Amino acid sequence: MPTKIRLRDIHKSFGPKQVLNGIDLDVETGESLVVIGGSGTGKSVLLKHIIGLLQPDRGTVEVDGVDLSTLNHREIVGFRRRYGMAFQEGALFDSMDVRGNIAFPLKRQTDRPDEEINERVDRCLRLVNLEGVGEKLPSELSGGMRRRVGFARAIALEPDIVLFDEPTTGLDPVTTAQIDEVILNLLDRLDSTAITITHDMTSAFRVADRIAMLHGGKIIALAPPEEFKQLDDRRVQQFIHGETDGPLIQDRASRRRAGSADAEAGPPHEEMEQV
Amino acid sequence: MSPGPVVEDAREEQAEAAAEGFRLPGPVEDFLTEVGRFFLVFWRTLYWTVRPPYDVKEFFRQMVKVGVESIPVITLTTLFTGAVLALQTFTTLERFHAESYVGSLVALSMVRELSAVLSGLVVAGRSGSAMGAELGTMRVTEQIDALEVMATDPIHYLFVPRVWATTLMLPALVMLGNALGIFGGYLVSVVLMGANPVAYSHNTFQFLELSDLTSGLIKAAVFGLLIAVIGCQKGFYTTGGAEGVGRSTTSAVVTASIAILISDFFLTKLLF
Repeated sequence: MPTKIRLRDIHKSFGPKQVLNGIDLDVETGESLVVIGGSGTGKSVLLKHIIGLLQPDRGTVEVDGVDLSTLNHREIVGFRRRYGMAFQEGALFDSMDVRGNIAFPLKRQTDRPDEEINERVDRCLRLVNLEGVGEKLPSELSGGMRRRVGFARAIALEPDIVLFDEPTTGLDPVTTAQIDEVILNLLDRLDSTAITITHDMTSAFRVADRIAMLHGGKIIALAPPEEFKQLDDRRVQQFIHGETDGPLIQDRASRRRAGSADAEAGPPHEEMEQV
Repeated sequence: MSPGPVVEDAREEQAEAAAEGFRLPGPVEDFLTEVGRFFLVFWRTLYWTVRPPYDVKEFFRQMVKVGVESIPVITLTTLFTGAVLALQTFTTLERFHAESYVGSLVALSMVRELSAVLSGLVVAGRSGSAMGAELGTMRVTEQIDALEVMATDPIHYLFVPRVWATTLMLPALVMLGNALGIFGGYLVSVVLMGANPVAYSHNTFQFLELSDLTSGLIKAAVFGLLIAVIGCQKGFYTTGGAEGVGRSTTSAVVTASIAILISDFFLTKLLF
């Protein structure tokens, strides 16, 4: 399968914080890649590089063979139409109802008539099993529902690439399983390439074609779920089994001593105005 | 020209300066950062104002929020200011048998100065704070990131309607404030102090010129622009969760109020 997204030697730091330290990663067209890693290891930063909200200090991000660093501001804004992104808490617009939220990208980026937009919104709501909630406000929805509305908004334009930023964090196991099913169902129907960021291993094994583990600013493991479970790397095994004693904790402590802190707080948002 | 590279260049220079170990004292750096951001977002607002899509519905929604919903508080503020002004000047001018000038004094004070400044301060407290809080909340809940991901520039979608709605509505509120302030003065002078209503009305407009009115309205438009750009800017650059939103809201009101008072001096010097 052809490569959809190619990351080469991505380095990124925020002030003294070295967050990404030489990421090399290929994502194939149509695959579902899950990126796992501890809190503050730069998973969301990696996602923001892929969508062009951040630019690397060094290295290249190519999507469909186009190097994002060669695009100007207007080109990259246009380029983002290929993406759909579902945010951690949904990031729904409080001032609009569910229908308004899902219709937003359709109204802003297409000239479709209102009836067609309404049909599309209803179809997206059906895909995430949320028929009949179109007139509700985001504040009237549960956490799991808000995320599913976020998914519906992300897929409204039938994007080539769908990004899920920690879609199950903070949800109960049953809702998590429902969310995973919705993701699988969406990927099955849309034929899109998907990248999911998570630290929920159960969820990762359910939705991934391949799993990549980010640690110390690098990809330290990349394999299909069954192979991933069998990897010898102690860090991978510690993460999978959630052990408190092991190399991940020791590495984190030594990095803190060396002053290369984790990206717990994420990037300062003004960094994201680079493009 | 796209404003994107401007930001990159500025940041590269900042990074180079940091790498060389050169740093300005904290408060100076903070002040310059805020001033730089103000001009940056103002420039980007101008840039996006003339580019489609034009969100007319949102523009009218903001006009209602900033303008129509401010009418009650503007009414109270300017009516009572006019009344107090008449009360104070009547008793003072009476000593010199010059009470017939109260109408002129109230009208000139309201139209040239007080209506614009007071309405500006009220709208800064009401709408500037709301903009800071709304955009700040949108920032910390990733709604602004979501806009960018959906190929929508947040300056285009959030700043443009707010900035121009406030710039247009503040002069309209000031017109209302002028009328109410003069009416408040009339009520006090005629009803309370027993002035002759016909003479008072005549004196009110005797010394008032068109330039007095236009200068007050120009001031109001500038204040409106400052309130909205500062309010949106403070919200847009919010960091630090709920506490950060609170900080942005307070800062939006304080900064806009200071900007109104300082710019009022320079505008007065320029316009009269």
